[in-house]
Amino acid sequence: MADPAPLLEPLIPSLRRYAYALVREHAAADDLVQDTLERALSRWSSRRPDGDLRAWLFAILRNLHVGGHRQAQRRGASVAIDDADPADPAAGPDAMLEAHDVLAAVDQLPEEQKSLLLLVGVEDFSYDEAARILGLPVGTVMSRLSRARKRLRSILEKGPVTLLRRVK
Amino acid sequence: MIGEEVPVGEDELQAYIDDRLDGPRRTAVEAHLARHPEQRDRITAERRHRAALRGQLQAKAAEPIPPRLRITNIQAARRQRAGRRGALAAAGVALFIVGASAGWVAREGVPAATATLPAPTISVAKGASAAFRTFVVEVAHPVEVGATQEEHLLQWLSKRLGRKLVAPDLARFGYRLIGGRLLPGGSGAAAQLMYEDATGRRLTLYVSAADGTETAFRFQRDGDASTFAWIDQGFGFAVTAMATRDELLPIAEAVYKGLTHRG
Repeated sequence: MADPAPLLEPLIPSLRRYAYALVREHAAADDLVQDTLERALSRWSSRRPDGDLRAWLFAILRNLHVGGHRQAQRRGASVAIDDADPADPAAGPDAMLEAHDVLAAVDQLPEEQKSLLLLVGVEDFSYDEAARILGLPVGTVMSRLSRARKRLRSILEKGPVTLLRRVK
Repeated sequence: MIGEEVPVGEDELQAYIDDRLDGPRRTAVEAHLARHPEQRDRITAERRHRAALRGQLQAKAAEPIPPRLRITNIQAARRQRAGRRGALAAAGVALFIVGASAGWVAREGVPAATATLPAPTISVAKGASAAFRTFVVEVAHPVEVGATQEEHLLQWLSKRLGRKLVAPDLARFGYRLIGGRLLPGGSGAAAQLMYEDATGRRLTLYVSAADGTETAFRFQRDGDASTFAWIDQGFGFAVTAMATRDELLPIAEAVYKGLTHRG
């Protein structure tokens, strides 16, 4: 059996990115990634060797997330100690503000639409791969992607109002 | 132009947003959008949102992988869980190492020995000592989670460290566990378990991820506080108390054994 470490480690940064975008809290996101990796290791020998490893891992992570990832709730609020804002200050204040708008807006979408925008738009999965990860027919993926983008746009067009409401 | 004659559907607009069209179809979609300004504005906005989302999340993927997510650490934790029976066999070796360490500590006063001390042990000892000074004087909130929730505390800290953590039993030295907390430490999280004796004297066990594989004890004195620190399998451990070196050494050895035997 091949050593999983060199195959898995290059995929961890993008798993952390997807997890963070889903749960929006750094420590809880890493909990989710840790559980994903533990599950992947425990099923390593039963994994289809010809299957796409990256899509397989993202599907595990997404299923854990949708299945109600309990660790986050158990831990409560006590993890804020190592939290930090991931926004890149080098991008300048305007870019940061706009980027925050989009991430905050994505957060208001239902999970499936959120995952779709992230898997296709950020993680560069093909439409077929995204369909497999989400357990949907590819035609459905296309129509839901279109709907997700429309909805995101309408949230963003309401812009500052939505943002102020969230800050309160 | 043939491209313009083939109608452009919504799926193709989505693929255009994702930059997934080949040359001719891409040209066809651009021509279509030029004829339909309202759609063009929408598609332009959606392309911009996609780019902004990628930009926002880019920094997250550029972060270094925290130690608890390193595959080797996760595998080590899995092996630990799977092979506790094997730990008994390893205990003989651990005792030998502690014996050797104690001998090494006995010569610690020799400056030449100090000069060869490995850096990771020093940084663990420093982190432990700073955390000790910060929280040992705390009256209202010495710990984040109390010993009444010991199981939850250890599960939580183990999870954050990426290593199974047990609270060694120090009752024979008069110390009982009062709780623990999570701290930032080195390249990731650190855990501090706090013990107290009948007179209110406190002792801490500090654990954080660390480089290096050496197991020798390092002794450090910081004011009234003494610390014994060591590195074991990618983690640094430190026992700190207001005690002399001779008082603390048997406790550090017991902690070392307690962690290696895993109860």
